[in-house]
Amino acid sequence: MALLDFANPARFLRFANTVIPWLSGVTLIVFAFGIDQAMIAPDDYQQGATVKIMFLHVPSAWLGMLAWGVMTVAALGTLVWRHPLADVTAKAAAPIGAAFTLLCLVTGSLWGRPEWGTYWVWDARLTSELILFLLYLGVIALWRTVDDPSRAARAAAILTLVGAIDLPIIKFSVEWWNTLHQGTSVFRMGGSTIYPTILIPLFIMAAAFTLLFFTLLFAATRNEILRRRVRTLQLMQASQVT
Amino acid sequence: MGATAHLDFIAAAYAAAVIIIGALLIWITLDYRAQLHTLAELDRQGVSRRSGATRAERTIEQAKAAANAQAKEQA
Repeated sequence: MALLDFANPARFLRFANTVIPWLSGVTLIVFAFGIDQAMIAPDDYQQGATVKIMFLHVPSAWLGMLAWGVMTVAALGTLVWRHPLADVTAKAAAPIGAAFTLLCLVTGSLWGRPEWGTYWVWDARLTSELILFLLYLGVIALWRTVDDPSRAARAAAILTLVGAIDLPIIKFSVEWWNTLHQGTSVFRMGGSTIYPTILIPLFIMAAAFTLLFFTLLFAATRNEILRRRVRTLQLMQASQVT
Repeated sequence: MGATAHLDFIAAAYAAAVIIIGALLIWITLDYRAQLHTLAELDRQGVSRRSGATRAERTIEQAKAAANAQAKEQA
């Protein structure tokens, strides 16, 4: 099925109602396995047991960025291709991405205190991640502030496209600037610097977070379609009264 | 470093994950139920996108009914 096949909201609702329960079940199973593997993973020789925070922090960072990537594609779908569900998807993804980014910031602070001796530093990685969180809040506020959904969609799409510049800044911040945050250690030219006994649970948790993201995205998109259906019916009801 | 060192930070991180993801799950679930409830209420009130005539058609029908009623009175 092509993406255009889901341009029909009713067809997407049927798809979502079928897929969400199965996706939820698979997400739970992968999370259970991932957390089990994370708990039995060995301690890091320097960080000790606090390395277990990485199994939350890194996947939530990745998903926070993935969500903005999804919103960026959706923004192009709104402005360029006029896909009927593009702005619906973008609006649905924003709170989910904000939640993952907040989780990244919180777990990062809790990891930083025992490792660096501080909850926060204004280094490039942390600051650009905080900016991403503020961008999420800005997009959510824009959706809520502008009454006309089509105007809100265009404004949010423009903000999303502008904010997308933050993604490569986050990614390459540890290379471009001197940062307290550690450098790239997972996806590197010479291979990961993380030992497999920690890297494999990390990838399992990343898979679990990714499944969770798409489960929540489908569910939130379904909610948004239903909300717009309610709005249409309420407008019809109001016009019948007058 | 011992296995129990900084256990409070590890526990706090996992607790934060449960709270944040849990809040997101609860919000999406409650929102879904609210939308379904509102749609059911609107359906109960007879408001539907496929309820039949458009507003223009209803206006024409109302005009015809009024004209028929007037004709019957005159007859």
